Amino acid sequence: MQAIWTITKRELQSFFDSLIAYIILILFLGFSGFFTWLFGSDIFLVGQASLQSFFNVSYWTLFFFTPALTMRLLAEEKKSGTIELLLTKAVTDREVVMGKFLSTLLLVISALAFTIPYAITVYNIGNMDLGQVICGYLGLILMSASYISIGLYASSTTSNQIVAFLMAMLIGLFFHIIFDVLAGNFSGVIGQVFHTLSLSNHFDGISRGVIDTRDIIYFGSLIFVGLFLSELSLTKRNID
Amino acid sequence: MNITVQSLSKQYGTQKAVDNLSFEVKTGEILGFLGPNGAGKSTTMKMITGYLGIGTGTVLFGEKSMAEHGDLIKRHIGYLPENNPLYLDMPITDYLEFCAALQGVNKEEIQKRIRKMVAVCGLNTEKHKKIGELSKGFRQRVGLAQAMIHDPEILILDEPTTGLDPNQIVEIRKLIRELGKEKTVILSTHILPEVEATCDRILIINKGKIVADGTADTLRKQATGQELIKVRIEDGSAEEILHELRRIPSTDRVELVDKNLNRFEVQSKTDTSSKREIFNLCVEKGWVLSELIPIETRLEDIFRNLTMN
Repeated sequence: MQAIWTITKRELQSFFDSLIAYIILILFLGFSGFFTWLFGSDIFLVGQASLQSFFNVSYWTLFFFTPALTMRLLAEEKKSGTIELLLTKAVTDREVVMGKFLSTLLLVISALAFTIPYAITVYNIGNMDLGQVICGYLGLILMSASYISIGLYASSTTSNQIVAFLMAMLIGLFFHIIFDVLAGNFSGVIGQVFHTLSLSNHFDGISRGVIDTRDIIYFGSLIFVGLFLSELSLTKRNID
Repeated sequence: MNITVQSLSKQYGTQKAVDNLSFEVKTGEILGFLGPNGAGKSTTMKMITGYLGIGTGTVLFGEKSMAEHGDLIKRHIGYLPENNPLYLDMPITDYLEFCAALQGVNKEEIQKRIRKMVAVCGLNTEKHKKIGELSKGFRQRVGLAQAMIHDPEILILDEPTTGLDPNQIVEIRKLIRELGKEKTVILSTHILPEVEATCDRILIINKGKIVADGTADTLRKQATGQELIKVRIEDGSAEEILHELRRIPSTDRVELVDKNLNRFEVQSKTDTSSKREIFNLCVEKGWVLSELIPIETRLEDIFRNLTMN
């Protein structure tokens, strides 16, 4: 546990030292704030005391930003060789993966925490459904965690950050939209399978304020598989 | 803590990087690992430190193997990989703190250990800089500092003195020698005088196999067996001296090296010495023996003989 936290702290430090954290925070808050309050189907246009428009925007912004955060996690260490130094310290491969996963998740959660004033504002101007807002945040966190674990896996397979970024995007795109499109094109069992695989369906449920165990299990298994594969590909150095 | 390596092998594709290595390093011993490029030195070190999985064979630390007690053993190992990879965006002290925390150093101890390492490795003037801002030599010092930060029982150093200035090399060698008294040290290097200066034992490997194992002196004995001396004798004609030298029963081969200066090279027969006879000969003939220099086989030659087929 101690080792995981040590790695998490270092990674967070590195996010802030390299300015990535500030850029992502500014971009995320800028985008989501702009589309929530000023432009498109913003809160004033919809005219409801709900953060649904914010959740819809964040659903996309987080999808684009998480691969940018995860791409360097392992690829950079592989390229510079520091991975050898890290893994010969008294840590297991799993602790390394967990530490890196947690650091990115904490960064995303802190970005989301900066949007709490949105919720407070809306709460004061109308009759907001607090439960739904909390569920919406939970949905965003679960979704980000899933994409972080996918991004971490992409980063573990290569020593090139661009490849890691594009690969995370590619895998993420399937869950984000392609499975949903395919679900509409197929009927029967295949359609059902694609429907189940599509992340957007599970996210919609949660962001509407309904917490279904199936959705939780879906996100949980996506995170687990991503982390499991990351650890596996990190351990694979032993074989080749 | 002793390290026992038994029939260690590792295969990359069809190429055998490490082929059935067996050796032992005891506490208080400094083992120098020599070999040409691509001989399997780094691969062996990577397997010992647990970065690479072991192909076949075993590596035991005391009684324990890395496979079963990985975490426990790793705490006792300090490792400096080749090329010395470091987090360039971290300040030195932060980095050392990170390494100490990962290696399970107590919170109260960490600052004390960092101060000690900064002093030992001569990093005091640079300690607040980021590692990326340092020159190669200072980075090497940081690499050494991180390897020793948790006061490990085992030190595995892959080319520890590359990039250091001559003063620092002397200091680091001295440090390694001192540490080696109570710790188990394996170090690899290409600098042969360094091995002689620091190591108790030398292990030369070539193409994944051990080709020599022993102290510098035993390697020399094995390599030569015959005494070789340079002699300069004045006050006589070169031809006469050459003739007389060849008549000495213990000499195997005598050559005139420099006619004007009367310099000769004398190789004795196996297990004999002809120094005494040469001296007596000069006394008898009234010549002046102005030079008598035993020539030691250089480690470089031994190395070349063993690793060039």
